[in-house]
Amino acid sequence: MSGSGVSFTLNGALRGARAAIPLVVGTFPFGIVVGVISDAKGLSLLETLAMSALVFAGSSQLLALELWSEPAPVLGASLAALVVNMRLAPMGAALAPWLDRLRGLKLWGTLATLVDHSYAMSAAEQRRGGRDAAYLLGVGLMLWAFWLVAVGLGHVFGAVVRLPPGHPLYFAATATFCAILVPVWQGVRRDLLPWALAVAVALLAWRAGLGAPWPLLAGALSGASLGAWLELRRA
Amino acid sequence: MTLRTDVLLAILGMALATYLCRAGGYALFRALRPPRFVEVMLQHLPGPIFIAYVAPALATQGVKGFAAAAAVVVTQATTRNLAAAIAVGVGALWLLGLVG
Repeated sequence: MSGSGVSFTLNGALRGARAAIPLVVGTFPFGIVVGVISDAKGLSLLETLAMSALVFAGSSQLLALELWSEPAPVLGASLAALVVNMRLAPMGAALAPWLDRLRGLKLWGTLATLVDHSYAMSAAEQRRGGRDAAYLLGVGLMLWAFWLVAVGLGHVFGAVVRLPPGHPLYFAATATFCAILVPVWQGVRRDLLPWALAVAVALLAWRAGLGAPWPLLAGALSGASLGAWLELRRA
Repeated sequence: MTLRTDVLLAILGMALATYLCRAGGYALFRALRPPRFVEVMLQHLPGPIFIAYVAPALATQGVKGFAAAAAVVVTQATTRNLAAAIAVGVGALWLLGLVG
């Protein structure tokens, strides 16, 4: 069955774009936060929009901006993007029944728009028997366009209001990640020990005076390793 | 409208790293089956990533930070509304700042 009769049509892309409208509403506040923080870290509107257009991965942008310094941390920001976005790697593989039938720009261009939401929507569409791979591109492009609008508005807002350093509004970035953790949590048995180890290692590295992104990397990799080890031992 | 070289390099580095994850992941997984451990570890990565970021950020804020984070988590869990959760967190930190 895998992939026979897979198509790539404008109609499929439009259907994906329409299906993404409720998601746009959900991701808009996140984009505003990224724009405000980006302004606070001294990035111009052009730099902010360039990052949003080329990287197009909210949590890695926010994380990189939190680690931002002067001059721009080329290695730190790239590493942060690599670690945070590593979760996207298996998503492309999961969509193989569609992607294996595409070639050239259709394949590699569609992959450039892959985000958590477009993966989730497309996996559901695949399960329903959907055979139009352009659906994935449609969802991705819709989210991309409104991502730029939201981040741009946030940057303009931040520049007009000019918040002093340490203003509670900057807590929005940390708060966003706290909120993201809620749906990620899948129960005490699976997550408690790995998450606790991640916190412990991150705090130790931070106390030891290691600069960003090392506490994050050490915590994330040790926690995920423990999670995988525990799961495979149980199986 | 400035576009500084160091910022542009950082953006391009991030874009390259991210595209590597998006496309390289698909290409690699198609070419060879990754070890089971790597596959399972990738599934476990999101939680530890975000909590490892949040922990030092909250520790910098002290008790206020952890209290505000708790308010965010409760709001997100009950309303499932990201905007509301962020607003409650910022509001809580602001109020705690007035008190403390």
